Amino acid sequence: MSAGERDVQDPTRALKPGHSSAGHLEALLRSGEFAVTAELSPPDSSDPEEVFRRARFFDGCVDAINATDGSGANCHMSSVAVCALLTRLGYSTVMQVSCRDRNRIAIQGDVLGGAAMGVANVLCLTGDGVQAGDHPQAMPVFDLESISLLQLLRGMRDEARFQSGRKLMLPPRVFLGAAENPFAPPLEYRPQRLAKKIAAGAQFIQTQYCYDIERLKTFMTVARDLGLPGCAFILVGVGPLASARAAEWIRTHVPGVYIPDAVIARLAGSQDQKREGRQICIEIIQHIREIEGVSGIHVMAYRQEEAVAEIIQQSNVLRGRVPWYPGLDAARAGTED
Amino acid sequence: MSDIRWFHVRRWTARHARFFEFIYAAFEHALVMMHPLFQRLGYARMERPVAAAERIIKGFLFDTQMCGSCTLGATGMVCPMNCPKRMRNGPCGGVRPGGFCEVKPEMPCVWVDAFNGSRLMRHGERIRDIQAPVDHRLKHSSSWLREVRRIKGSKPGGSRVP
Repeated sequence: MSAGERDVQDPTRALKPGHSSAGHLEALLRSGEFAVTAELSPPDSSDPEEVFRRARFFDGCVDAINATDGSGANCHMSSVAVCALLTRLGYSTVMQVSCRDRNRIAIQGDVLGGAAMGVANVLCLTGDGVQAGDHPQAMPVFDLESISLLQLLRGMRDEARFQSGRKLMLPPRVFLGAAENPFAPPLEYRPQRLAKKIAAGAQFIQTQYCYDIERLKTFMTVARDLGLPGCAFILVGVGPLASARAAEWIRTHVPGVYIPDAVIARLAGSQDQKREGRQICIEIIQHIREIEGVSGIHVMAYRQEEAVAEIIQQSNVLRGRVPWYPGLDAARAGTED
Repeated sequence: MSDIRWFHVRRWTARHARFFEFIYAAFEHALVMMHPLFQRLGYARMERPVAAAERIIKGFLFDTQMCGSCTLGATGMVCPMNCPKRMRNGPCGGVRPGGFCEVKPEMPCVWVDAFNGSRLMRHGERIRDIQAPVDHRLKHSSSWLREVRRIKGSKPGGSRVP
């Protein structure tokens, strides 16, 4: 049984050869381990304890925590602030950056700030349209989109310059990620789009929710033919559905989530729908782990964060490995005595 | 309402992307031939009338938005600036079943049309090129004149995104 290490969050630290960041997630993926990341939904609160409370649900079962950036175009605590709080405790974070709310001036500033706070991973997203969220009257910015954002951040990191060309004293040393949705039309174009994201600088990919293994397999077959898994680490998105009604709501209201009728029928026919939703998630994870070219899973358990540890344990996706968390050192000292 | 009226025309041109790719290349060639004339009259003076003509012609055929950094030839003869998220490098993850737009559910996704258009084109593989973000200073200016100057190698009036 191996246990992870605390993320070293010194932005000036020397990097291992071939690494872009000093982060734990990159090191883990490069070592060939199957990684687990999870999404933390930022609170509608200015209370830091609320962030820590939500992060504790993931203790010991997650390698890095994604802080969402106004997901679904709903207003919450900012991703840079959530990451800053979590890195204080040593958590490894993935800072999500969406192009919907900020232009390139604001985004570059946030990435520098995030890196200074110990953020080692940045996920570049276009973002959901404002119509999807609680402020449909807001101005949609979209100065950049995911691919131009990737290119821009790669330029900041590798050339130590802003897009303007102005020199950076210390570039943000970040592992760059992007999203992909293998389940949305045009399906045949999706692997090509993934290739484009990788060409633009993506080093890891976190996909949209997978509820259809066959569609994922088809996507991965084409991705492998294009040689993509060797160029970026692909983490497949998963999450438990709370009930058939919730699933129905999600697929009509949340952009880009594809849930086959068979999954909804299975939930509807079950005595304990919540239990069944978690069981489906566990089975999907076990299938995903066997697909060649997949490097990990990304758990998005919206409003079911408390279920993540159980899902990870029961799917045995970590094979006994224990990711680092703030209480781990003390726990280890306790058992050794 | 104008969206619905126009996207029938622009979808028709996307279905004939091969033909319009040819027309467009011929037209570009003709414009390049006019370089000496543009030079004599002065590019600055030509900017307004050419931009106006460009807006009318491209606006009618492709429903273009005059971003000033035209990519039509690399995006299946579909103007990506009609995407409500202004995606210039492919469809977002929110495309609805049947290929409809996440933001405007009644509109077919611009990138589904672009992808289909590119498959008809001779140089459809250009859809894989990575497009730089828009230079917002170039909005409403003529991309035709900019392209002619670029081909002729004379110094550009507006600065281009590197």
